[in-house]
Amino acid sequence: MKQILIISGKGGTGKTVLTSSLAALAKAAVLADCDVDAADLHLLLHPVVKGTQEFWSGQKAVIDDGQCINCGRCLSLCRFEAIKALKNQDGSLKKIEIDPIACEECRVCYYTCPVGAIQMEDRLSGLLFISETKYGPMVHAKLGIAEENSGKLVALVKQKAQEIAQAEGKRWLIIDGPPGIGCPVIASLSGVDLVLVVTEPTLSGIYDMERVIDLAAHFGVLTKVFINKCDINWDNTRTIEEICQKRGIEVIGYLPFSEEVVQSLILGMPVVEYSKGMIAEEIITLWKKIEAIFQKEGKS
Amino acid sequence: MMISIASGKGGTGKTTVAVNLALSIPERGVQFLDCDVEEPNASIFLKPRIEETVSVSIPVPRIDQEKCDFCGECAKICAYHALAVLPKKVLVFPHLCHGCGGCSLLCPQGAITEQDREIGRVEIGHSNGIEFIQGKLNVGEAMPTPLIRVIKEKARRRGRWTNPASVTVIDAPPGTSCSVIEAIKGSDFCILVTEPTPFGLNDLILAVEVLKKLQVSFGVVINRSSMGDYRVDSYCQENHIPILLRIPFDREIATLYSQGIPIVQEKKEYIEDFRQMMDYIQELLPT
Ligand code: SF4
Ligand code: SF4
Repeated sequence: MKQILIISGKGGTGKTVLTSSLAALAKAAVLADCDVDAADLHLLLHPVVKGTQEFWSGQKAVIDDGQCINCGRCLSLCRFEAIKALKNQDGSLKKIEIDPIACEECRVCYYTCPVGAIQMEDRLSGLLFISETKYGPMVHAKLGIAEENSGKLVALVKQKAQEIAQAEGKRWLIIDGPPGIGCPVIASLSGVDLVLVVTEPTLSGIYDMERVIDLAAHFGVLTKVFINKCDINWDNTRTIEEICQKRGIEVIGYLPFSEEVVQSLILGMPVVEYSKGMIAEEIITLWKKIEAIFQKEGKS
Repeated sequence: MMISIASGKGGTGKTTVAVNLALSIPERGVQFLDCDVEEPNASIFLKPRIEETVSVSIPVPRIDQEKCDFCGECAKICAYHALAVLPKKVLVFPHLCHGCGGCSLLCPQGAITEQDREIGRVEIGHSNGIEFIQGKLNVGEAMPTPLIRVIKEKARRRGRWTNPASVTVIDAPPGTSCSVIEAIKGSDFCILVTEPTPFGLNDLILAVEVLKKLQVSFGVVINRSSMGDYRVDSYCQENHIPILLRIPFDREIATLYSQGIPIVQEKKEYIEDFRQMMDYIQELLPT
């Protein structure tokens, strides 16, 4: 089984549009949406949920007001500004309170409260779905608002998807990656065979692409670049080619800006299935190139 | 006043709105904070002169092997698995450490001290009369929140923050995670930028959940408004969410964006649109 991760650094470059089309072309694939903060792949692949799993992660600190003696020790030790002292109108201390959003789950207050008034409580921070689509099984998730540990949920999504791919003898695992270069992206990179960086010829697109390429290089993963909306600024498209050449990274494909893409989004389908023209052809060519990379590898 | 610009997902035009708003209200005395520290892009458009760079670090443990008796307490209490204790050695994984200080506080032998590890930088400067502050997370680092905290702390120390007439514009990271919350927290108003597609709607709904949780008032800017469907409009109408501005799709705007040129610099007619948006926001705010 080969794992292909599609990322972009910057949002809105067409990562999910491309992922959905590769999903439609791959056959014998398992699909994973690792953008657990703002998953969108389901809007194009229409998964039917077969199983739901709760994602319990982390433990937030909770104070038992009955036991707290207002000593303020936790307040001074919490480094994440999660513990606050509520004052009465006359300025005297009313009670000590924990802001669950700010709590980083470090447990320092729990270990140091002199009267044991703080407990760490488990939290349901998200849901994981195992679904069926017309293109194959799909694993996706929804992280609760302001929940941490998106990295852990990404790792779990990938692990489930890998298990399914192995059990069903699928040849591909196609992963829609999270945006940015932080924890969830790092989690999505592990064990991947190919990273496809989708970029656009804008200065922000280039800048973010370089950061994401650095990250992939940091983890030593084979990386290829795909330039979407390449005709928006040809000079920048050339710049991307030069940057890639310098780093020894292949630009594996291009797409021009196209209204067809927006139309396919509105209809909720992969653009390869909507477009009858050049857009679809380019994506088919891209997929053939990806297949060829691993065929070569298989023979050697 | 503090206005943050956010979106459920990146690439909707968040930075475009933030930058052009900041440039359209020069008389207000604007402070611009780029809190999208994983992908800080506003400087591409504002081209600030950076005058000061501050390294941001978190304290990570250092073990005094002489004092350590390998009791294993630190590894037991560390919530992030950043320490592992072997029979004759303690391993520290600084990249996993959140800097809570628990281990140094609780080590029975007092064998743990802390040393700083850089996770990113905050840069402070000026651009066209705008006070500019941005954070850049080092590649490979996983924790944006401490950096955002430092950006806001630096901004707070400057006069404009407390001047009610001036405006602090915050370019927040995309998504719904804790870093978004950290960036938006304390705002008087939040502008959510979206586009009229099913993706845009899906991501807008998530962003609205965040703002409801934070109890910050908000409105929506529809970007590329001429290209898409009406679902975002209907959603806003049904939920009584004000639509502050529509920016039509225009190849010229797309090209300007690709070159790192703010819309209002080349297409002056947009200045009035952004100024009207600012007035509208002011009307929406409780006085
Ligand atoms: S667990 Fe840590 S972050 Fe949370 S409230 Fe306690 S000390 Fe603060
Ligand atoms: S350390 Fe314990 S007793 Fe002291 S203020 Fe905190 S919760 Fe209350």
